Amino acid sequence: MTFTVHRSSLRIVAGAIAAAGLASLGVATLVGQQPPAGVAKPWTMPRTADGKPDLQGTWSNATITPLERPQSVSNLVLSEAEAARLEKTTSDRVERLNQDSDPNRPAPPQGGDGSTGAAGNVGGYNNFWLDPGERVAVVDGQFRSSLIVDPPDGRVPATTPEARARGQARLKMMAGRGQYDHPEFRPLAERCLLSFGPTTPLIPNYFYNNNLQIVQTPDNVMILMEMVHDARIVRIGGTHAPKNIRPWLGDSIGHWEGDTLVVETTNFPLQQPFRGAAENLKVTERFRRVDATTINYRFTVEDPTTFTRPFTGEIPFRATDELIYEYACHEGNYALSNVLSGARNEEKRLGTKK
Amino acid sequence: MITRRVVRELSVAVLTAVAVAAGFWSTTPATGQAARAARMADGKPNLNGIWQALNTANYDVLSHNAKAALAFRPGPVVPVPAAPLLALGAVGAVPGGVGIVEGDEIPYLPEAAKKQKANQDDWLNLDPEIKCYLPGVPRANYLPHPFQILHSDKAIFFAYEFAGAVRNIYLKDPGEAPVDSWMGQSVGKWEGDTLVVTVTGMNDQTWFDRAGNHHTEQMKVVERYTPQGPDHLWYEATIEDPGTFSRPWKIRMPLYRHINPNARLNQFKCVEFVEELLYGKFRKTPVQ
Repeated sequence: MTFTVHRSSLRIVAGAIAAAGLASLGVATLVGQQPPAGVAKPWTMPRTADGKPDLQGTWSNATITPLERPQSVSNLVLSEAEAARLEKTTSDRVERLNQDSDPNRPAPPQGGDGSTGAAGNVGGYNNFWLDPGERVAVVDGQFRSSLIVDPPDGRVPATTPEARARGQARLKMMAGRGQYDHPEFRPLAERCLLSFGPTTPLIPNYFYNNNLQIVQTPDNVMILMEMVHDARIVRIGGTHAPKNIRPWLGDSIGHWEGDTLVVETTNFPLQQPFRGAAENLKVTERFRRVDATTINYRFTVEDPTTFTRPFTGEIPFRATDELIYEYACHEGNYALSNVLSGARNEEKRLGTKK
Repeated sequence: MITRRVVRELSVAVLTAVAVAAGFWSTTPATGQAARAARMADGKPNLNGIWQALNTANYDVLSHNAKAALAFRPGPVVPVPAAPLLALGAVGAVPGGVGIVEGDEIPYLPEAAKKQKANQDDWLNLDPEIKCYLPGVPRANYLPHPFQILHSDKAIFFAYEFAGAVRNIYLKDPGEAPVDSWMGQSVGKWEGDTLVVTVTGMNDQTWFDRAGNHHTEQMKVVERYTPQGPDHLWYEATIEDPGTFSRPWKIRMPLYRHINPNARLNQFKCVEFVEELLYGKFRKTPVQ
C-alpha cells in the first residue's frame, strides 16, 4: 500500500493492542482452529549463480507477536490453541473495526476523546488504513509470544546508568521547550525521514507496509523497506565506513557463514536512537532461508553503553506476491507544516485570550 | 637516459593497451568494487555498478552558455543574480554545456512552451529539486549524483543517491500502473545487449532540469541502456507526451561507472536539508 500520510503516534496504539491481545490470553482455552499445514514437500535451497542461498524476492515481516513479551505471559512458545485464539481475537477486532461508521454519529468531543496521539484527539486514521499483521510469528515451528528470544524474559534488557544519564540530559535540554516548537522536535517518521520505529534491525512497525524487497548480487545485498522507500545496501566484505560517516540506516557490511547471510551494522546517527542506543549501537542480523516461503531473520542488538546486556530476537519473513508501490512521503507532507503552524495559531489564540 | 625512459613509458603504454583490450568484455582489473564479470550467468551484460552522468544536462537539457546564476533580477546594465543567490558568487554560476537532446530542440506545444518559460522565470519557487522531491525519470539519471544498479538474474534495481529515490525494474509487466507516482513504473526487457525500460505512471510534478522543462502525467519514457565497454553505458531515452509535446523526442548521453575501489553510494536523503526552507517560517522562534 502507498500512502503519503503519517501515523507515528498510532504506532504506540498498535503496539499496545498487540500486547493487550496477548495479555488477555489468561488461561488458554482451546479454539477449534486448524493448525497450519505441517509437512511440506521436499524443498531444496534455491541458489544464486554464485552458489549462495537465494534470499531474493518480496517479503513481509508483519506479525501480531510483539517485540517484547507482556509481563503476564511467561513462555516464549505458545500452544497452537493459544496462537489460534490470539489470531481470532485479532481478526474479530479487525472485523468489528471494519464495520461501516454510523453516518449520524455526533462530532467528537471538543478537545478530543481523551485518548493520546493524533488519532485519539482529532479522529485520525481508522482501521481501514492499518495493516499490522494477522498472524502469530512462527519460528522453527514454534508459535512465539515475543520476537525477543534472549534474554529469556523476552524483554529489552535494563539500560545502564550511563544511558539513563543521557536520557536525563535530553529531558533537561527539552525542559521549557514544546514538542511542536521546531520541526527537529517532531518524530523522524512525521518528518518523512524514516519509517516508524527501528529500521535496522528490521522489526515490524505494527502498522502498515511491512514489506521488504531483497536483491542480491555477489558484491551487495540490497534491502528495500517499503516505508519511505529506504534501500539499505549491504556491502559483502570490506570494512565499515569511518566513524564520522553515519547514514540514517547505519553502515552495513555482510558476509556468509555457510548458508546464513550475516550483516553487521554500526555508524548509526545520533538522531536515530533505538531505545536510546545510537553512537555505539551494533546490530547483527542473520538471514537464513528455511523453506520456499520463509526467511528466518535473527537480530542481536549490542551497546554496552546503553544496555546491560545484548538482546536477540527472531522474526519470520514471509514471501509475498504483492507489489511494492512508491511510498512518497516528503512530497506530500502537509502535516508537518500544519502541525507546526497549528501550534503557532494555538499560541496566538491563547495569547489573545489572556 | 631519455631514450630508455621513453622506451619504458612506451612499453607501459603498450602493456596497458593490451590489458584494456583483454579486459574488455572479459574481466576488469581486480580492484575491489571495480572487479566484476562482464556478463551475468544468463549471458546478459552485467549492469552492476555505481553510475553517473558527466554533463550539465541537469542545468538545462538543451545547449547553453555559462551564466552567472540560475535566477536573475533586473540590473542597471545587465540582469544580476537574484538576491537569494547573490552570496554564492561563482559557486552559484551555471557551467555551459552541449545539450543532450537530439536536434537540440524540445517540440513543445505552444501552451507548454509558455509554461516552460514561466517555470524558468520562477525557478526558485518551482523546481522540485530545490525541495528535495523525488526526481522522476529521466532526470534522476543525470542529476549530479551517482546511482547504483543492483542487477541479479532475478532483478534489476536502481538506487539513486539523490533523495534516496528507487526504481525496481519489473522484468514481468504487472500491467498498467494502478496509480501515478514520482518515479513511475518501470518495466524492463532485453533487446540483445540493450536493456530497454519503459516508464509510465509518472505524475506531472517532476521536471527535466533546472531550466523548467516539464511534462504531464501522460508522459511515457522508453530508456535504452547499452554497454559500450566495462565502464560505460550508452543511455538513450525517447520521451512521448501528447499533453506537452508535438512529437516524441530523444535524449542521449554516456553513463560512466565509478571505478574507485572504495566507491559506494553515499547518502543524500536531503529531506532534512530543506526543512528550514519549507518549515522554518513555522518555528516558534524563526531563525533571523
